[in-house]
Amino acid sequence: MTDTKHTDDVTGVDTTGHQWDDIRELNNPLPKWWVYSFYACIVWSVAYWIVMPAWPIFMNGAWTYTGGVIGYDQRVVVENDIAEVAAGRQVYMDQISAQDLPTIQQNVELMEVALAGGRAAFGDNCAPCHGSGAQGSTGYPNLNDDDWIWGGSLEDIHVTLKHGIRWEADDDTRFNEMPRYLTDEILTADQVSDVTDYVLTLSGTAETTEASARGSEIFARECTACHMDGGIGNRELGAPNLADAIWLYGGDRASVYESIANARAGQMPAWGDRLDPVTVKQLALYVHALGGGE
Amino acid sequence: MAASKEAAPGTLTAASFGVGGLFVVGALISMFIAAGTHDSVMAFHATLFILFFVLGIFAIGKRHFDAQENPPEPPARDGIAYHDGPIRVATVASLFWGIAGFLAGLVIALQLAFPVLNFDLAWLNFGRLRPLHTSAVIFAFGGNALIATSLYVVQRTCKTRIAGDLAPWFIVWGYQLFIVLAATGYLLGVTQGKEYAEPEWYVDLWLTIVWVTYLLVFLFTLAKRKEPHIYVANWFYLAFIVTIAMLHLVNNAAVPVSLTSPKSYIIWSGVQDALIQWWYGHNAVGFFLTAGFLGMMYYFVPKRAERPVYSYRLSIVHFWALIFLYIWAGPHHLHYTALPDWAQTLGMTFSIMLWMPSWGGMINGLMTLSGAWDKLRTDPVIRMLVVSIAFYGMSTFEGPVMSIKAVNSLSHYTDWTIGHVHSGALGWVGFVTFGAIYCLVPWLWNRKQLYSLALVNWHFWIATLGIVLYITAMWVSGILQGLMWRAYDSLGFLEYSFVETVEAMHPFYVIRAMGGGLFLIGALIMAYNIYMTIQGRVREGEAMEPAPAGDGQLAAVGAK
Repeated sequence: MTDTKHTDDVTGVDTTGHQWDDIRELNNPLPKWWVYSFYACIVWSVAYWIVMPAWPIFMNGAWTYTGGVIGYDQRVVVENDIAEVAAGRQVYMDQISAQDLPTIQQNVELMEVALAGGRAAFGDNCAPCHGSGAQGSTGYPNLNDDDWIWGGSLEDIHVTLKHGIRWEADDDTRFNEMPRYLTDEILTADQVSDVTDYVLTLSGTAETTEASARGSEIFARECTACHMDGGIGNRELGAPNLADAIWLYGGDRASVYESIANARAGQMPAWGDRLDPVTVKQLALYVHALGGGE
Repeated sequence: MAASKEAAPGTLTAASFGVGGLFVVGALISMFIAAGTHDSVMAFHATLFILFFVLGIFAIGKRHFDAQENPPEPPARDGIAYHDGPIRVATVASLFWGIAGFLAGLVIALQLAFPVLNFDLAWLNFGRLRPLHTSAVIFAFGGNALIATSLYVVQRTCKTRIAGDLAPWFIVWGYQLFIVLAATGYLLGVTQGKEYAEPEWYVDLWLTIVWVTYLLVFLFTLAKRKEPHIYVANWFYLAFIVTIAMLHLVNNAAVPVSLTSPKSYIIWSGVQDALIQWWYGHNAVGFFLTAGFLGMMYYFVPKRAERPVYSYRLSIVHFWALIFLYIWAGPHHLHYTALPDWAQTLGMTFSIMLWMPSWGGMINGLMTLSGAWDKLRTDPVIRMLVVSIAFYGMSTFEGPVMSIKAVNSLSHYTDWTIGHVHSGALGWVGFVTFGAIYCLVPWLWNRKQLYSLALVNWHFWIATLGIVLYITAMWVSGILQGLMWRAYDSLGFLEYSFVETVEAMHPFYVIRAMGGGLFLIGALIMAYNIYMTIQGRVREGEAMEPAPAGDGQLAAVGAK
């Protein structure tokens, strides 16, 4: 039942005579368009090998490769592209580097560049924590509002960006340390609870009660050194305003209690160590211009 | 492991005792490792090995007594006693793991759209579920389908019972153990971090044993064939088995920290490691997902259509061209990286030259239907097979296009790649496997027809809609993503931050998850249909159209 040629009734083409489990094969030639397309791909590839770096060869006692007639080198292309972009904006970068921040702010043309550069750098470096619109999230401040922990002037923002917050690798980093009132047994749980009630009255979030009155006394003793009377905060020390109903770690009772009991101590990297000085300046100008800058 | 000619299949032979002895040794080594390890996952996996070996020994014994008490399976019409038991197991396993893999895919698609679905659980997070999905669909669903069909096809087209008696059983169950070890390892955090080659060294070693057995069984079956020539499907299956063995060994060459530690270090490093990884990765696509499934196509399409293969000459030329060219194409995964320019050039040009050899399979598949195109209207199984070939043609055109460096600079690292992979995986691999299983199940279980062709039709349309949603969403998403990444303003500052590009992907991720959901629903319909077919049921109102069968099918086909 094998090796008997016959002609297929439907197509009129001969079979090869092979047969496997009732499967036969027609003896059709290769489709012409298929063969020529295949040849064309091969010819194109050979031409590409002549033009571009292609084949490894052993020459003069070492391995090297055919470099191609146009001398293409991917690294050189990238380096040239980057250099071209850098050269195109060099004149602006030099000015940003040389001038101080308030002077740059007066220069409309230069500010356009700085804001574009700051926006790009913000997206790549700051947005992961502060959000792509700088809107912030729990533990990461909103940078659009008027509530600044370490100051909202151009210079303050620049220093914060450059040296970071609680960033140990940087000697000039912004640093403070709120005590962990409950964990370190400075206050009892009842006292922390009372202070929590008092703190919530500062922003008008809660009514004054007996507990908050007791908390008020403890607050005066333990907290006003940094957060000041009435909890209005102190930017010199990086002590947040507790009276403005803007909360970094949440303004519900449990979050405020947690902040007092265990403290928070968030960190920000010192961007002066990571980015070039011109980029840090652009970032300061960009963040300042977001709306809350002073 | 080959049984002697005199012994009835299943009864104990010297070889069976040899296998049993090896299982005892294996169990002892596993106990030693389980006792000596400080790693909980290693202890768990060693226990799985012990369980496998002990159950294996019992199974060999039980098989012996069953074979003495029960008559052997009836021979097929051509008088040959084919060995189909392991094939039935692999067929069911393929469907089972397929549904598990599609489900894992749907979960991770939803996680990308809604990250809260990671639930902050280590073993449910995207990083662990993603290799679970890829391994489940490629190696568990695809691998079992390839093992099942290759063992079926090689017997029928060689007109001989498969070589070995216990060996085919060992291949199938040993492969399931490999799948369970790999999958549980991923979920418990054991990985060597190589894409599509994540299992650690001891799982790799186990797969090597199983795979070499598979290769030997296939070769010995070809060697004792009763036909003068080797059918084209078997060339493709053999190329798949041999090349996967080579890729697996080279890419996974590693030194374990100790015999009781799951951790190992790959011997390759730097850009050489990257190149070997993608030489492996691309040829896993080329030889596992292309050559293997072309073998499937070359049997089931002519069989189902009852038409001769279009061109013998084309099958020879495109086979050798495909095999020779595919192995070079891997470097196109590393364009614009530390890989030297010359290697990128070779990867790209060989991918371009690969286009026509790939299409040779498409032409031969589609043109085999000449004279039987009317079956597209009447037979949803043929429709599934034809659409799979169409997707094969589309993705093997898209692949060379994406390998061109200028295109790749836009497409690489974007969802376009994901879309490309899935048009091949869902459209080609998925549909050709579904088609083959719809053909195979009535033959294997001696049923005169499927439970319901109408349900096949539902499966076809629901899954096709799912694929279309999936790949169009990924095309749009990928190109948008690539364009956003490379958008600069006039001063060379980036227009978009990375997180903005992620936000822009959200709607497409939702559409993609819907597509994946439809594909899963289709597979569940199939599972029901196959279950009812195996039960021997036929849905009321189904036309009585026996599936085409040849001499290789059981004599009783049509009698039930």
